[in-house]
Amino acid sequence: MNATTTGTRTLTIEREFAHPPEKVWRALTQPELLAEWLMKNDFQPVAGHKFNFRADPVPGWNGVTDCQVLTVDAPRKLSYSWADSGADAKNGVRTVVTFTLTATRGGTLLRMEQSGFRAGPDDRFHQGAQHGWQKMLGALEGVVARL
Amino acid sequence: MRHAPPDAVFRSLADPTRRAILERLIREGELTVRDITGESGVSQPMVSKHLAVLKAAGLVRDRRQGREAHYSAQARGLAPVFHWLEHYRAFWSARFDRLDDLLKRMDP
Repeated sequence: MNATTTGTRTLTIEREFAHPPEKVWRALTQPELLAEWLMKNDFQPVAGHKFNFRADPVPGWNGVTDCQVLTVDAPRKLSYSWADSGADAKNGVRTVVTFTLTATRGGTLLRMEQSGFRAGPDDRFHQGAQHGWQKMLGALEGVVARL
Repeated sequence: MRHAPPDAVFRSLADPTRRAILERLIREGELTVRDITGESGVSQPMVSKHLAVLKAAGLVRDRRQGREAHYSAQARGLAPVFHWLEHYRAFWSARFDRLDDLLKRMDP
């Protein structure tokens, strides 16, 4: 059995914004705008570009996400890999984030799919159960910091 | 026990006072409202309110003994917090709120 071929799960979030796709695209691809709603970054809308999202580190999380641009199709589709970094990489996530923009009568339907969540290693409840409540308390701060 | 919706769990943890109450219950075990009020610097009615939110989110349970309710932390209620997918669901939902705010402020 191979961990990469066993079932993975995908998170999908959709929301309609009352703004045209071109404008939503700018918010997704201009680094300073992206930083205002997501995280500080050195993103460039160029396939193959490697970049990081950076948040303040907290106990249990170094705050750095490793990414690489996979698809840039303005203003329709953007995708990049999204993985925990450094010492957090081993037990962290290794996923792909894909944004799809669809023009609607009222603006833009934005669909975010994050795929590749593994059932075992990505389930921190197992880790929490192993390490007990103290570990959970540390992780709680990390959870809240990311909200 | 049924799990509360992940959103309720994350919302209840977003408040620092509630988080502090939960952390005390995790550390010290079962406590009464009076015990918790003692060191929290928050009024007893407010502590009761916070406990009700935590209880609705499945993070604490209460046990009546005489006149007093004894509260304890519920480990299983934290399960959504420790699942990455549920974690990211709350993350993206909060970030989309911020994106909406940003779009309103941007040039057309």
